[in-house]
Amino acid sequence: MSGERLDGLSVRDVRVSFDGFTAVDGVSLEVPAGDIRFLIGPNGAGKTTLVDAITGLVRATGSVRFGDEELLGRPVHRISRLGIGRTFQTSTVFEELSVLQNLDIAAGARRSWATLARRRRGVPDEIAAALETIGLAARAADLAGTLAHGQKQWLEIGMLLVQDARLLLLDEPVAGMSHEERDATGTLLELVSRDRTVVVIEHDMEFLRRFARSVTVLHAGRVLSEGTVAQVQADPRVQEVYLGHPVDAGSARTGQEA
Amino acid sequence: MTAVTPAPPSTAVRPAPAGPVPPGRPAGRSRLRTLAGFAFGAALLFAVAPLVLSDFRLALLAKYLCVAMVAVGIGIAWGRGGMLTLGQGVFFGLGGYAMAMHLKLADAGPGGMPDFMQLYGQLDELPLWWRPFASPWFALPATVLLPMAVAFGLGSLVFRRRVRGAYFAILSQALAAAMVILLIGQQGTTGGTNGLTDIKGFFGYDLDDPVNQRMVYFIIAGTLLALLALTRQLIHSRYGELLVAVRDGEERVRFLGYDPASVKLVAYVVAAGMAGLAGALFVPAVGIISPALIGIVPSIEFVIGVAVGGRATLLGPVLGAVAVAWARTALSERFPGTWTYLQGLLFVVVVAFLPGGLASLWALARRRDVAAQPQRRGRLSLGRRRAERTEVPAA
Ligand SMILES: Nc1ncnc2c1ncn2[C@@H]1O[C@H](COP(=O)(O)OP(=O)(O)OP(=O)(O)O)[C@@H](O)[C@H]1O
Ligand SMILES: [Mg+2]
Repeated sequence: MSGERLDGLSVRDVRVSFDGFTAVDGVSLEVPAGDIRFLIGPNGAGKTTLVDAITGLVRATGSVRFGDEELLGRPVHRISRLGIGRTFQTSTVFEELSVLQNLDIAAGARRSWATLARRRRGVPDEIAAALETIGLAARAADLAGTLAHGQKQWLEIGMLLVQDARLLLLDEPVAGMSHEERDATGTLLELVSRDRTVVVIEHDMEFLRRFARSVTVLHAGRVLSEGTVAQVQADPRVQEVYLGHPVDAGSARTGQEA
Repeated sequence: MTAVTPAPPSTAVRPAPAGPVPPGRPAGRSRLRTLAGFAFGAALLFAVAPLVLSDFRLALLAKYLCVAMVAVGIGIAWGRGGMLTLGQGVFFGLGGYAMAMHLKLADAGPGGMPDFMQLYGQLDELPLWWRPFASPWFALPATVLLPMAVAFGLGSLVFRRRVRGAYFAILSQALAAAMVILLIGQQGTTGGTNGLTDIKGFFGYDLDDPVNQRMVYFIIAGTLLALLALTRQLIHSRYGELLVAVRDGEERVRFLGYDPASVKLVAYVVAAGMAGLAGALFVPAVGIISPALIGIVPSIEFVIGVAVGGRATLLGPVLGAVAVAWARTALSERFPGTWTYLQGLLFVVVVAFLPGGLASLWALARRRDVAAQPQRRGRLSLGRRRAERTEVPAA
């Protein structure tokens, strides 16, 4: 879409601690350019905290590189300007602004003050395209607060698209969605991953099986396992963490909710 | 899910929105309504008020309109930007003192010293920092630029450190207290508790003459309208939308690549400039500026008017400020002493039961109308959804 280069994410030995408690304990992972990487793990495994570290929300040690740029140590808005966009576990669209205004703001971080001082005239092309992509063209003028839960999540993804994010970090994007909405979201992720790198935190195993290209399992702040969906599912350590006891690979069934 | 067009959601998955999608208000009509509104306001201020009000009442209205200017600024900073500033008196005072110093020097004539300095008598020449104010070319811009500069300095320190909410409110209030203490402490050069009083002339016009008082009123009314026009432009600009986004989700905006501190700073500085201008025009209208007019109590009163009128709207702050200032005059004439309590009660009631101010009653009535038309039902869920809003975890 943007025609910019694809970059991969490289996380090396990242550590985050809160008052002595180590939430992320030396995580290293490589997400190649254009991947759809799923980050799974039990509650409290440190998934969100890892994304917080990558996006500058919490202080971390180690190294996080996106393309050639080191991210750690930069303030949040500078990291964002390097093309890293994220969503949150809870929806954070601007409810008192319209869908169009939400997207326009997301698209505008590089605008000059002179542009900011003027009104928006019409709908910029990239925003019209994003509205189509996320299927909200008909709701453009409505307040974001009036959208259904799933639509808010799509709006968030649309905001990352117009923001020109080349790395998308999505924290439980399909939580609370209906079956159809999950499918639609998955298809949307496949579409946007054509020219972006996508990392998805998710608990939904069915969603993962359908749309993950690769998986990293976190447990207690460490990487427990990594590989394709099949490899990870067959890993006895993963089964132990999720089910409490090892199961042989043939009968490996992970529940709907991890 | 159709595999052909991955463009997903609403059409494929959800039933289409209940009714025809409101296309948004046509820009032409909204502009027309605004022009009509301004014409109405101008007619009211420039034709009706001078006709029906006595000179005394018109002078009071001039004073209220100055308060309304401060309110417009608070509407931007607080209503749109979420910064509850309880210290606008500081900026009002800076503007007021800058103007009053110039007028005092003009009254005293070239080389002269203001009367109070001679009265207190320790000075045999004009203090250095008074001197530039002799020139209108310095003093007039200073009434606006000085408050803006102070707001810029304070805002740069505070917003980047993510001081907000109650902490910001308290800090801004402390500034008002500090300024009053400073002014009172420097009695010899500031007039102390009395302030700068007895201002007689305004750029060659005698302020005792009712005709000139009327002229001052017209200047004030015109300035208020101009500030409203400016504010409307600001609210509808991209910046105005961004400011609301910062108010509702400062962290989220940061993740979109903006620095919210600078977004807030602009609104705060603009609000300070408006308060400064208001203070400057207050001086010829009332003939005095003093610590009692700019301290904590007046600073809070500015905010109460805004809260009552409706802080997030364009006209709410103006109408609220005028209404509260008028009620204050009317009630404290009749029941001296009760006003303070009444005012406090008013503030509590509004904040607790009507956070959108009186303007939200108006919006509610309009929404009722909308509800009467069945095809637009969908929008009614607004209130409930808003209550569910969650915050991005703070750093
Ligand atoms: N700001 C914080 N201060 C202290 N502890 C924190 C903080 N944020 C997270 N933690 C702790 O760090 C650990 C990892 O939390 P995190 O939110 O990253 O887990 P998660 O993998 O995202 O879990 P979930 O699936 O429930 O979202 C948890 O034990 C949590 O309590
Ligand atoms: Mg989490």
